[in-house]
Amino acid sequence: MESHVVSNWVVVALGLASLAAIVLVRRSRIWSDAFVQLWRRRRLALFVAGIYVGIALLDSVAWVGGADGNADAVSVHESRSVIDRLFGGNQERSYSAPFADVEFYGAQPLAHPGSHILGTDLIGRDVFYLALKGARVALLIGGLTSLLAIPLALLFGVSAGYFGGRIDTVVFFVMSTLASMPGLLLLIALIMVMGKSTFAVCVALAVTGWVGFCRIARGETLKLRELEYVSAARALGVSELQIVMRHILPNLMHLVIITFVLMFSGLVLSEAILSWLGIGVDGSWGQMIDQARNELSRDPIVWWNISAAGIALFGLILAVNFIGDALRDVLDPRTLQGNE
Amino acid sequence: MLAYAIRRMGYGILVVLGVLFFLFVLFFAVTSPDDVARKALGERVPDSVVEQWKINHGYDKPLFPGPGRWTDNMLVDHYRRMLTFDFGRSDADDTPIMDRITRGAGPSLTLTVPLFLLSLFTGIPLALLVAFFRETYIDRLGVVIAVLAMSVSILLYIIGAQYLIGKLLHWFPISGFDTDPRVIARFLALPILVGVLSGIGGDIRFYRTVFLEESNTDYVRTARAKGCGEARIMSVHVFRNSLIPLLTQVVVAIPFLFTGSLLLESFFGIPGLGAMTVDAIQGNDFSVLRTMVYIGSLLFVVGQVLTDLSYGLVDPRVRFE
Repeated sequence: MESHVVSNWVVVALGLASLAAIVLVRRSRIWSDAFVQLWRRRRLALFVAGIYVGIALLDSVAWVGGADGNADAVSVHESRSVIDRLFGGNQERSYSAPFADVEFYGAQPLAHPGSHILGTDLIGRDVFYLALKGARVALLIGGLTSLLAIPLALLFGVSAGYFGGRIDTVVFFVMSTLASMPGLLLLIALIMVMGKSTFAVCVALAVTGWVGFCRIARGETLKLRELEYVSAARALGVSELQIVMRHILPNLMHLVIITFVLMFSGLVLSEAILSWLGIGVDGSWGQMIDQARNELSRDPIVWWNISAAGIALFGLILAVNFIGDALRDVLDPRTLQGNE
Repeated sequence: MLAYAIRRMGYGILVVLGVLFFLFVLFFAVTSPDDVARKALGERVPDSVVEQWKINHGYDKPLFPGPGRWTDNMLVDHYRRMLTFDFGRSDADDTPIMDRITRGAGPSLTLTVPLFLLSLFTGIPLALLVAFFRETYIDRLGVVIAVLAMSVSILLYIIGAQYLIGKLLHWFPISGFDTDPRVIARFLALPILVGVLSGIGGDIRFYRTVFLEESNTDYVRTARAKGCGEARIMSVHVFRNSLIPLLTQVVVAIPFLFTGSLLLESFFGIPGLGAMTVDAIQGNDFSVLRTMVYIGSLLFVVGQVLTDLSYGLVDPRVRFE
């Protein structure tokens, strides 16, 4: 299947999953209360994060054809997303300042004067368009990595905590081994060995990232399995699998959500560092920053490229960090007790 | 206590052996020595040259033990070499790795040790201040500033500081290094400033949580009920009792001081281990990368074992867990 078809189906799947999540949240008092609280406290951050998600989704829905008159023969057969269709296609030859009519160095007239609200980069691509494209890459990195790391961490953490014994010994040993390696170096080593691709970056981030959450899940499961209602379920003859599904996992859900949000910003920031080392994901804001870092030593300086990428990255991370902070207060029963 | 110490050290050794096995899988089983040789020599060299290169670097043995080669294989070789600190020569430029490490450790430490101490002595007092004013606007403002500081990529801190302070204001040189102790401070000022700034947000938030957890305990309430002043409670009761969780967090960071900072050293031209590692990454030099991961883990495990042993010494409960 072609990549744009996969990406369209992913958008459909995400839509269905969020519908299911909304239905589930509305059914449960605790969860709907938590989200009302979150909405009250972090309206702006949720709104900003929503914009990023919206851009990423618009950039994920793509189809072939329908090219406008001035497109060349190749682009007619390429799939282009909504963002590509709206903002792409106004290519220049080199740098131009925001809203400029002429090139930045040399003052040659532009092909699309005044249309680049954030200017163009070294090879004449529209910076606003590139900054928009980065949203999908960032959310892909955070989302795909979490999708790989969190189930893995839950599986190992819960089985280690719940069954104990030999499973616990093995899981704990693997965790201590991975945790004792310097994180960034391990990440780099994994990507260098697997080869550079979006999926490799996500797998490497997941391998280095699951340990932290696994430790939390294991600790929490150790506590939960000693509780009275778990003993009661066991005495009534409920099977181990049923106990885990009914009594352990739902009580870990708040930690899953908190970890996901707190992990997300760390992942996107790590990718920026990887981009600087030349092993990041193509089209990310990190890569834009890396490409732009010598532009500040030009004369006169080219500031719009690095500013656009930096502000786009900062905005997403800030919104996610604020949401994560509030989520922790809202969902974690320990902090709730502290407030009362 | 002796039994506990032996058990803890044994586990540490096991973890180091586990790390070595992981590195073997990554750097020998997944990427074969042939790939490494081709990367170092180029794709179009004859097989005989590749074979010769593998012999020179000691990569010419079969990977796993088997009949007739229980000790003469890469797996055993890898363990033997790493455990005796015989790191061999670099894949990329044939220099002995041990020499490069001993040369790079000094510059790395001159950057990381002051950076570490300065982060500690700015982060903890600021967090104490914020925790002292908890539930007020100062606290809220402090947390917002911390989150803002955390949300900026370290790349932007570095590039911004180099541009603003180095290029526009000319306060400090943009990058460079010197062994002369009178000049070195000028070169280290900018990287240390950037390091402190990029870490301070997370530090303040972490320390603040620790202090707030401690100030919700019963003995703090008792002290307050007895009429103890808030400043005295913070400095004597809360701060001193928070030292245990703080120390755990701080001691964990110490081993990695030695391996330097990839970004700061590379951007600011400090010839330390971090810059060496970045060069190795960009030159596909697996041998150096492998060695650095190993040294990092070894230091980390040693640090952890020492911390745990000191806990065991002070707190009898730890020994019997």
